[in-house]
Amino acid sequence: MPEPQPTSGAASAEVLVLVAHPQMEQSRVNRRLMRAAGEVAATSRGRVEVRDLYALYPDYLIDVAAEQALLAQAKLIVWQHPVHWYSMPPLMKLWLDEVLAFGWAYGPGGTALQGKDLWLSASTGGPEDSYRPDSYNRYFFDAFLPPYEQTAALCGMRFLPPLLLHGAHRVEKAAIEAHAGVYAERLATYPEWPELAELAECVACEVPATARPSTEPEGA
Amino acid sequence: MEHGSWLTGSLVYLAAAVLAVPIAKALGLGSIIGYLAAGILIGPWGLKFVTDPQDMLHFAEFGVVLMLFLVGLELEPRRLWALRRPIFGWGSVQLFGSAALMCGAAVLLGVDWRLALVAALGLAMSSTAIGLGVMAERNLMATTSGQSVLSVMLLQDVAAIPILALVPLLAVSAEHAQGGGWFGAAKAVGVIALIVLGGRLLLRPALRWIARSKTPEIFTAASLLLVVATAALMQSVGLSMALGAFLAGVLLAESEYRRELETDIEPFKGLLLGLFFIAVGMSIDFAVVMAQPLLVAGLVLGFLVVKGVVLWAMGRTMPIPVVERPPFIILLAQGGEFGFVVFQTAAGAGVIDAPTSSLLVASVAISMLLTPLVLLLSDRWWAAHLAAHAQGPQLDEISEPQHAPVIIAGFGRYGQIVGRLLYANGFAATVLEHDAEQVEAVRRFGWPVFYGDATRLDLLRTAGADKARVMVLAIDDIEQSVEVAKLVREHFPRMTIVARARNVTHYYELRNLGVEIIERETLDAALMSGRSVLELLGFERHQARTLALRFRRHNVAQLEVVRPHFGDEAKLIAFAKQGRQQLEELFAQEREAARQRTERAGWGGQDAEPDDKGRPAPR
Repeated sequence: MPEPQPTSGAASAEVLVLVAHPQMEQSRVNRRLMRAAGEVAATSRGRVEVRDLYALYPDYLIDVAAEQALLAQAKLIVWQHPVHWYSMPPLMKLWLDEVLAFGWAYGPGGTALQGKDLWLSASTGGPEDSYRPDSYNRYFFDAFLPPYEQTAALCGMRFLPPLLLHGAHRVEKAAIEAHAGVYAERLATYPEWPELAELAECVACEVPATARPSTEPEGA
Repeated sequence: MEHGSWLTGSLVYLAAAVLAVPIAKALGLGSIIGYLAAGILIGPWGLKFVTDPQDMLHFAEFGVVLMLFLVGLELEPRRLWALRRPIFGWGSVQLFGSAALMCGAAVLLGVDWRLALVAALGLAMSSTAIGLGVMAERNLMATTSGQSVLSVMLLQDVAAIPILALVPLLAVSAEHAQGGGWFGAAKAVGVIALIVLGGRLLLRPALRWIARSKTPEIFTAASLLLVVATAALMQSVGLSMALGAFLAGVLLAESEYRRELETDIEPFKGLLLGLFFIAVGMSIDFAVVMAQPLLVAGLVLGFLVVKGVVLWAMGRTMPIPVVERPPFIILLAQGGEFGFVVFQTAAGAGVIDAPTSSLLVASVAISMLLTPLVLLLSDRWWAAHLAAHAQGPQLDEISEPQHAPVIIAGFGRYGQIVGRLLYANGFAATVLEHDAEQVEAVRRFGWPVFYGDATRLDLLRTAGADKARVMVLAIDDIEQSVEVAKLVREHFPRMTIVARARNVTHYYELRNLGVEIIERETLDAALMSGRSVLELLGFERHQARTLALRFRRHNVAQLEVVRPHFGDEAKLIAFAKQGRQQLEELFAQEREAARQRTERAGWGGQDAEPDDKGRPAPR
């Protein structure tokens, strides 16, 4: 089977973009965003790498070692995905479960991701005004972000302000183009972002040893 | 032909063949016996439809020429080279060992050496047609004994050519030099060189040119012409026609026209060989047999015993697995059609006289008649006896009781993968494989594989079928696989069968025996290829996977829907069409839904509805 190659072959990418869309063939926004990221990667001489998780692992068999090796090299980790059921697509979640392993990403000795930045680039089908207490999504979108923020915090990463595009199905072509332009510009200029200066370094949360089964990092 | 009309002749020959061969086949005697019997029936000692078989024999000899052309076609120089050791080593041991012993015995008994030599060489041959036929029928071609029989017969086929060339020379040395010594030899060498060079340089372009005319019957005519011309060329310088045909065959074995030539020549060979056997049947001189019944019986018994001893020794040293030895010995001990040719040639050249030739031909024919009967008897007694005491020197059958939770029957390409997955995860399996060569090969890689036939109840017991939980049925032979499934269902119902199906028919047969976990061996590999093609056509990998898996589910479900109608071809075709349509409709509906989704451009605040089936998750 033709394995899709990452857009840049370098194993030392500073910016690692992980894209997850279970039906990329029907995507308007994420496909365009992935292309924009790919274009940045192509001219970045290995500084930026884009990985399409559903193309890499259509059978959900994630190469944990390869993923961890790439993460260890990166400074900025980007998760780019559509928001489904107020959360991430299933393969992205599986990626979290398997790659961000106990003793590697968190817990005793789990310092591999400490000091890195995590940036979410998400799209929602519902328009921005549906994410309000008086509309059908009932919460501001911020209310769905704590799991992301805490994931980053547990691994000692800074959670950067996410890049969001609401109303992905109805949004004008021009708006998507503009959004893709912002996305590309951000990827190309990291870490020279004005708002980064104001963010404090994130200190890794300590995980007490009793929080995990003592032997294998699986089960429970 | 006494009425001189070819129509009457054809009528008699064809009717005799058409009647006798199916009857013989139904009796389990094989077509050659049928042809021989038909010949005896219509010949001078039967119904006397034909009184002079010699003309017909001359004509029908061409069947042997065609057969050698086909043998040549099968023998690319490379394959000949790869098989050189079993062929030339063990084949020569059989042919020349038996011939030398028989010749020596005959000379000791006071027979003229020339006669003894011709007779011994002719009797040392075995019937390729019967031998390979029986092997194929019994599914033994892939086994050690099957390969050994093939090798020996190939050597005989090859050796027949110099032998046939040698026989007239014996006459020459016996009587007078014909055709003038050196000049004749030079001519012969010249013709062979001509055939080899012509075959290399001219035949392929010529065949290409003929094939381009796109007239199938002209290609058939050209194939026949090729053989006839080569044969005529060889005969004109006093060489064996068969040798010429064989050479032409080998030269064309690597050409792109090999298969076509084979299919074109095959029916002619079949019919002419049949005619040849009929002619042989007719020419058995029963007067000779009746006059000296004891001599004939002694001759038959004598040469069968001598050849049998040589073959027994070969079987021990090669070695051939004990249970496979009886067919190996019996099939190669019988006389063969080359023997007929040798005796005919010798009689024609005047090396042996007609009564002696009749005597020898009768002996060979009788041995060929006996072979199927002896095989039947050996199955009854000998093989059963051997199986009971099967403690071969090399491959012991499984004898120590085994206790692994899994039994794998059949350790070829399929079973090995299953086994490796199990071993890799720390599970032991008892592996049964009935092909001795395969057992040896796999053992060389360090696998504990047991030599044994899973269709035998006692072996299954020894393999631990009483206690095992799973039987992996990975045998590639459909009949055997079904047989094992039956045995297991009947005697070890506690064991779950996980089966490999070669095709849909096999799947249904297993399914109807109550086997529930069956994989068609090509389905998943083909679906993986299909996925790759979809990807290359621009589908997302995850989408290609989903489509393939959905196709698989539909395909398996359809298989179960059709199952009750298995055997009703009209219904099956209708179902297949319907199933294809359903799947196409399903995929088309999905594409349409996807299109509409894009057009609808999602659902916003105002037209919000509760999500229902088939919709993507809220975004």
